[in-house]
Parts: sequence; C-alpha cells; structure tokens
Amino acid sequence: MGSTIELRNVTKVFDGITALNDVSLQIRSGEILALLGPNGSGKSTLLRILAFLEKPSKGEIYFQREKVTDKNMLEMRLESTMVFQKTILFSTTVYNNVAYGLKIRKIPKNRVDEEVGRAMRLARLEGFEKRQAKELSGGEQQRVALARALALNTKLLLLDEPTANLDPKNASMIEEILAEANRELKTTIVIATHNMFQAKNLPHRIALINDGKISEVGTSSEIFGKFSKTLASFAALENAFTGNAKVTEDGTTSVDIGNGVQLVASAQSSGLVSIFVSPEDIILSKNLIISSARNMFKGKIVGVSDLGSIVKLQVDVGKRFVVQITKRSFNEMQLNVGSEVYMAFKASSVYLA
Amino acid sequence: MVRAMQLTEILDGILKAFELIFSGNPRVYDITLRSLYVSAAATLIAILWGVPIAMFLGLRDFRGKLLVKSIFSTLIGVPTVALGLILYLVFSKGGPLGFLSLLYTPTAIIIGEAILVTPIVVSFATAAIEAVDREIMNLAKTLGASEAQASLAVLKEALNGVFLAATASFNRAIAELGVVILVGGGIVGWTEVLTTGIELETARGNIEIAIALGMILLAIVFGINLALSLIQRRAIWAAPSS
Repeated sequence: MGSTIELRNVTKVFDGITALNDVSLQIRSGEILALLGPNGSGKSTLLRILAFLEKPSKGEIYFQREKVTDKNMLEMRLESTMVFQKTILFSTTVYNNVAYGLKIRKIPKNRVDEEVGRAMRLARLEGFEKRQAKELSGGEQQRVALARALALNTKLLLLDEPTANLDPKNASMIEEILAEANRELKTTIVIATHNMFQAKNLPHRIALINDGKISEVGTSSEIFGKFSKTLASFAALENAFTGNAKVTEDGTTSVDIGNGVQLVASAQSSGLVSIFVSPEDIILSKNLIISSARNMFKGKIVGVSDLGSIVKLQVDVGKRFVVQITKRSFNEMQLNVGSEVYMAFKASSVYLA
Repeated sequence: MVRAMQLTEILDGILKAFELIFSGNPRVYDITLRSLYVSAAATLIAILWGVPIAMFLGLRDFRGKLLVKSIFSTLIGVPTVALGLILYLVFSKGGPLGFLSLLYTPTAIIIGEAILVTPIVVSFATAAIEAVDREIMNLAKTLGASEAQASLAVLKEALNGVFLAATASFNRAIAELGVVILVGGGIVGWTEVLTTGIELETARGNIEIAIALGMILLAIVFGINLALSLIQRRAIWAAPSS
C-alpha cells in the first residue's frame, strides 16, 4: 500500500508555543486513520497542515511522493479537503454549497449536477437541493458539509471532530457515510477525534497524539488491546478511568475505579485496566428506575454544556461522568447544575482495555 | 424681497408641483436624471475603490489597522462644505488639477460625491466583512479556492452589508448640497441637480418648482430604499467565478 501523504519531522510553532513537535506520520492510501487525543493535543493543527492551510515551521510534507512547496501548494490543495468541527456553510442553497468546489475546478455543469447528486445520495440528503443550507437542522447541516467535501472525490478527506456537536443518531449516520465513502470511493480519510469509540470502531489505524507528539500508531486492537500508558494519560478524555478489575461469579467483571465506584463490565479481565463508557450510552433519570442495566448510580449534576440540539452533563457519582442527552429531554426533565439524578448503563457499554 | 409665505401659496405650490411633474416639464426631468446619474456614478466609484479597501481592512491584520478604521469612520461626519472647498481649490484654475478644467462640470460633482461617500462604503463594508466567520476563508481554500477566490467567498457572505453601504451612500450622494454647489456651481441645464435646484428656485421665489423637486427627491430616496431592502431579502449568491 502506497502512502497518500507523509509528514517528516514536522514542527509547528505559533507565537512561541509549540503545537506540533517533530511529528513523522505516514498515511496510507485508502485507509481511515484516527488521530486520537484530548483537546489541545495538536490534532487540529496537524489536520490544518495536512489540509495545506498551515505551513510547518520545520519539516517536510510529501503528497503522493511529491514534496509540498509554496509553489505547488494550491495544486495539492485540490487533491485534499477538510470538514471542520464547527459546521460552516455558505449562505445559499444546499446545491450551491455542495457544488462550490466543483465550480472552482471549472467542471462542466452537467458533471457538476452528476457529482452533486452522487454526494447528496451518499450523505442521505436527496431532495434537499433547493433548501437554504443554514435553515437545516444541525445534523443535516453537518451532512451538507460532508457532501460538499465528498462531491470533490479528493484523494484525501480530513475531518476535525465531525460528530462532536451532534446527537448520537446523526453522529452514527456520519460514521456510516464515512465508512461507505472509504469503501466505495477508496477515499483516504483522516479523522481527528477525542471520542474513544469513534476511534475504536471506524478506523483501520489509530495515531495517539498528546502534547503535540504522536506517541503510538497502530491498529485498533494494537492500541486498545493492551494497557496503553498514553491512553491512560488522556485524562481529558470523557469517561475514561483506570481501576482494578476482577472476574465475578456470574462471569462479568467488576472494576473498582476508586471513590467507592464499582462498575460492572460484560467482558472478562483482571488486574489494572483502563475502562471507557460512551457518554451516549448512559441513561439519565430523575428517579430510581428498575431496569436491566447492571450499572446504576445516584449523583449530582456539576456541569452543563449546551451543544445545540444536545446537552453534555457532568455528573458526579463519586467519579465524574460525562452524559449526553438531547436538549429536549434536558428541558423536559428540568435539569440544572445541582439536580440529583440517577444514571444507568449496561455492562456491555463498559469497554475494557 | 423676504416675506412670510401664506398657507394658500404653499398649497398652490404643491398643486403646481404635481402639474410640473406629470406634465413632463423638461427642466424638472433634466434635473432629476442628472441627479440620479451623478449619484449612481459616485456610489459605483466609491464601491469600486471602497470595497477592496474594506476587504483589506476586514481580512488582514496589520499594525495601525484600528487607526485606519477610525479615520474612515470619523470621515463619515466630515463637514461637506469643507470638503467642497478643498475640492474647489484643487480643481480651480490655479489648483493642482486645474489643468483638467473639471470645475463646474458633472464630472467634478461625481468625483466630489464619490470621495464624500467613500468612508461610508469602507466603514459599512468592513464591518460586514468582519462579521463573516473567519473560517469561511479556510473552508473555501480546502475546497480548492485560491486566495482571491476565497476572499470572494467572504465578500459574498458579506453582500447584505455591502448593499446597505451602497444604499446609504446613494442616499447621502443624492441629498448632498455643499460639495455639489462648490464644485458644480448649480449651472442651469449643465450641473444643476435636485438639491441645488431646490435651493436656487426657493431663493428665486419659484416655490412650485422647488416643491416639485423636493417631492421627487424624497420619492427617489424612499423608492431606492424600498427596492434595495426587497432585493436584499433574496439571497444573492451567484456561482463562484474565478
């Protein structure tokens, strides 16, 4: 497998602050690579360098074995595109948004129509052509941004936390679309994320990035299959804990993550483990409910962040968990900082590493 | 001779003004067309040189940017008679541009008004461009746009603000008297516009002509504002050109 893009000893310094420190990375043709790291780790800077939006302070970039220089940068940019974390749309129709890059490339009208149609189908946006892009819902808007990138059929597609501000349904739809694009168009995809689950399921390879350095690159099982020091040090990652695991009589695993919090996981493991619980998998209620969920805790809301259609809550149950619910549920349940809540999740939602 | 006007005279003037407008009085038409022409030309020129300045101010960061921006916004309030006087001196025979013989020509009025409304164009358009998400520029680039095409994408997002700047500039230009009278002279049949016409005919005591011109001036200002706010509502966003 050849490499689409290669960074050699790339360093990027902004106003005296080193955002990337001597990064070397090969992205293989046709792969999905996840850049996994906490906020501020240098993921976005790395993506912007891969998108040729920023020039490295030091080091070299090779795109399809050709060295990237000031002279050929614009040309290279035509072969790569990026979807930003914050959805940015032009104030026009969905069609005009998706067609923008094709028109820039001076592609004839009938082929523009064709390519736009194909990208719209892929992004499940058929029939939206004439709608004003900015009047769509958050999830639809991000799909327009994705369709706009997919229409170009570039060699390289970069995504900066594409699902961070979306509800779970739209997030998984985006992931399906990406997998499909990779399979059918052979698009090489680099996706920056701080979401362990996104990193675990979608990509072929994962690069762990922290403090501007890439510490490990490997397949999902290589990265998650062993106790990774870097992974454990990602304190900023949501719902990532370490603890002592032991297998119980009923075949599940009980993990003590400290402060009296014991989690039940369906996979078997023992000794020191890292565990993760996806914020979307946690069910929140105001009263104690009887359910099949093996993990049930009472806690207090200590933080609320509004992400548009969804709300992220910090719930303190002895350890702090991040729980993601829809804005509607948030309003209906009349939740706020200080509210007492119960949170529940299945043993199968606890991921052990 | 100065005397107080009677109410009946005013009413009579209004009636005669309507007659002048609807009977197709050639002088009234001549003045109106010239007013529209010089104001539109001045606005167009101000947009042509003002919008690139606004794009530079809105998209680039440089030392002294705040100073340049505040100079432009201060110039919006410049006394027009003072500007008119400066231009008069520049265009008059002994002045630096005297050899062009522009004084008391429609061209001089256009140049004067264009300079007058440029700060309005620059200030309004800069604000509109600055209000556009900065990432639009990067977005356009990742979709393959060159620096110039990406700037154009930002301008398109700011188009409503540019429209507003154009409307305000045109209104300012068509209502202008000080600059126009100093560099145009208000010569009947040659450099006379609505405002100088009103001034001249009022002084002469031809109140009905003054009222007719005044009504036309107001109708134009209202009409243009109405038309532009209707256009503004529709998203004007042509295909990206290169």
